[in-house]
Amino acid sequence: MTKLTDLASETRSVSDATVVLSLCDLTVSVRNQGGTLPLVNEISFDLRRGETLAIAGESGSGKSITSLAIMGLLPPPAVKITAGSISLNGEPLSTLGEAEMRMIRGNRIAMIFQEPMTSLNPMMSIGIQLIEAIRAHSTLSQREARAEAIAALTAVRLSDPARRMSQYPHELSGGMRQRVMIAMALALKPEVLIADEPTTALDVTVQREVLELLRDLQATQGTAILLITHDMGVVAEMADRVAIMRKGRVVETGEVAQIFAAPTQSYTRELLAAVPRMGQGGSAKPRPETAIVADLQEVKVGFDIRGGVLNRITHRVHAVEGVSFDIRAGETFSLVGESGCGKSTIARAIVGLVAHEGQIMIAGQTVGAMTAAARRSLSTNAQIVFQDPMSSLDPRMTVGDQIAEPLLIHGNHNAANRRARASELMLKVGLTTAQLDNYPHEFSGGQRQRICIARALALTPKLLVADESVAALDVSVQARVLALIQSLKEEFGIAMLFISHDMAVVENISDRVGVMHRGQIVEMGSRAQVFGNPQHPYTRRLMEAVPVADPAYLHPIETRPTEEIISPVYTKGTILTRNRLIEVAVGHLVAIET
Amino acid sequence: MTAVLATRGASSAFKRLLQRKMALFGLALVVLIVGAAILAPMIAPYDPYEQHFDGLSLYGEPLPPDATYLLGTDLLGRDLLSRLLYGARTSLIIGVMANGIALMIGTMIGITAGYFQGWLGSVLMRFTDLMMAFPALLLAICLAAIFQPSIWIVAFVIALVNWVQTARVIYTETSALAARDFIAAERTLGASTARILFRHILPHLVPLIIVWGTLGISTTVLLEATLSYLGVGVQPPTPSWGNIIFENQTYFQSAPWLVFIPGFAIVVLALAFNLVGDALRDVLDPTLRGSD
Repeated sequence: MTKLTDLASETRSVSDATVVLSLCDLTVSVRNQGGTLPLVNEISFDLRRGETLAIAGESGSGKSITSLAIMGLLPPPAVKITAGSISLNGEPLSTLGEAEMRMIRGNRIAMIFQEPMTSLNPMMSIGIQLIEAIRAHSTLSQREARAEAIAALTAVRLSDPARRMSQYPHELSGGMRQRVMIAMALALKPEVLIADEPTTALDVTVQREVLELLRDLQATQGTAILLITHDMGVVAEMADRVAIMRKGRVVETGEVAQIFAAPTQSYTRELLAAVPRMGQGGSAKPRPETAIVADLQEVKVGFDIRGGVLNRITHRVHAVEGVSFDIRAGETFSLVGESGCGKSTIARAIVGLVAHEGQIMIAGQTVGAMTAAARRSLSTNAQIVFQDPMSSLDPRMTVGDQIAEPLLIHGNHNAANRRARASELMLKVGLTTAQLDNYPHEFSGGQRQRICIARALALTPKLLVADESVAALDVSVQARVLALIQSLKEEFGIAMLFISHDMAVVENISDRVGVMHRGQIVEMGSRAQVFGNPQHPYTRRLMEAVPVADPAYLHPIETRPTEEIISPVYTKGTILTRNRLIEVAVGHLVAIET
Repeated sequence: MTAVLATRGASSAFKRLLQRKMALFGLALVVLIVGAAILAPMIAPYDPYEQHFDGLSLYGEPLPPDATYLLGTDLLGRDLLSRLLYGARTSLIIGVMANGIALMIGTMIGITAGYFQGWLGSVLMRFTDLMMAFPALLLAICLAAIFQPSIWIVAFVIALVNWVQTARVIYTETSALAARDFIAAERTLGASTARILFRHILPHLVPLIIVWGTLGISTTVLLEATLSYLGVGVQPPTPSWGNIIFENQTYFQSAPWLVFIPGFAIVVLALAFNLVGDALRDVLDPTLRGSD
């Protein structure tokens, strides 16, 4: 990897390069009944050849609207550019018609989106989609376009590119699909590449690979990249310059190193302070000598897949394969791992939403085939807060009724008493009693998650399961919700199972940590043990992949072949090799490959 | 508290309903039709069964609307207006009752199959498919032949034929709803199945039920007419809007009002329920509150 001094000289040479894309006082407004409402207000910036400019901000800051304005893809007729100009190599774009814009889109300005599955046509093979994209903007023959497409797939380091050409999007993993999108975007050698949250939907190890790929391609092709992201870690690693946006305005812009070292605006400082960082976990505490609230022994969860003419069980998904751990009162245990590792399945098994084998004991009660009464009693012991606060609240019921509902279910028939309790819970989670009669859609994402937490606490459970509960929230909101969870946990003295893919969040909140990979725990121990002295290679890889919100930090280089889909689906009757955990220190268990 | 809130919600929803011009118009039409049906003996100018001597022309043709017979006469010389007013009773009973029962059956089957899935869901939905594949008219004729024809039996027969589409639609919607996180959240809160179904799933199905209910009114009224035409529906001389059309359709060329006027009445009935239904769907949706 290049040394810091080289990087600095590179940055200088970049600033001399020609300006490719320039925005001057761009204002985009939406028309509503009362006139026009600006969504993006007087934005100006220049993007130079070979440079990466990041637009960072929280949801609703107008960063995606800006990118759509550049692409000429604003939803007509309500949203329009009302002032200012966009120019590409000196030619104005904002005055071009749709037909002229179509020649520029894809050809000179390309875009990659957050969700590669929805941006690819599921009914067409990768090859046909690539060839079509190439031929739409060039005069190449079918054969030449095919060669070009294979070259593009090779450039994004997909293994066996010729074979990939005939595969369909669902046959590729998320990271591979995003590579295909990048290949498609770069095949035409555009001058500007707009990457709108390109790695947000990807796992952290895959994110690392995709970011490195983008950086390498930029170095060889000299493309200017406009990177739109909410992740300050990604900004620090990728960008030369950054523009911080808030409520449709650029609040601060400058060199990345300078913004991270000495932000001048208070909002930038808040945003940087809210970013969870690794290595801030604090000192190790001994395990509390309290009662065990949750005890899992050899828990297995599998789903059968039927198929064939006779609809018999042919395959089995081994979502969770022999997981054991316990959580004591007042303790936070985190399960961390990438998507599909089985961590959410464990959460659902604990609250009795999916059937399992093995034993789960919550506060002395066995979870399993339960009568209605046992179900109700379990709900007073274990409660769950889901990832998406919008879908976990009933949109047709007031939040007051929803918070009070568990009390009604559990036999509290005094309406005034229930409402009083609901008010009390609303205040506890930082909302007002005046909002009790509002419906969920009248709240923001962070507020909705607070309501979910209030509802989960209504029955004063002994165990709270938080399944990716802050993953869908903006960093500043995320920090506040995490603080709330932490303080409520201490106040009620409850045990918590915290499930997350975000290593930094996990390090900040947990007492003990379990790392999951392919349905099994590969490493488990106290926070200090796992983060301070990671033993398993997978744990190390996860930690190294986390983007660090510090432009001076250099990641160790690791070359890995492109990942294949790791599928937990096995043919019926397959016996899986189970990890054997050995104790390397007191309470620190590491899997050894057998 | 729930009861208090519910009534408060219902009364405010009613107030919001009254603020909409189209809904008010629809509501007025419904009141008009229902009023006409109930008061038929008082407001009908003639006995609907009486065949007037002067009700036919010298050539034996029905009379067009004039001062004596406001909407003209039918092919037997009976007063069309009187028959329409009495027919409103039959058509309303069929349209509202038959349709209501069909909706109830369809909703129960759809919601049960959609929520429980598994073998119960499969059995119910395969049965629904079977009913869908079976010719509705043939089934209606069979059922009507088994039971002694009366207006209530006709309504019941129509309901047994018409619930199928509703069940399909409700099934699809319920399976989607049951997979949402808030239903999982309810289960972890210990809510009983009845509570989940009636307090959390049913309210989300109301818009669908209203749409299918209002669409069903005109189809059921016409299905009744078809049955009457085949002799297994409402027995003549009892008038219904459907059988007035079918009795007189052979004279369509020489006496078009005999088909157009009852046809228009059916359209108005369907439109009135449609307007009220649409408005009801909107005012009952809290996510649309304040946007109108």
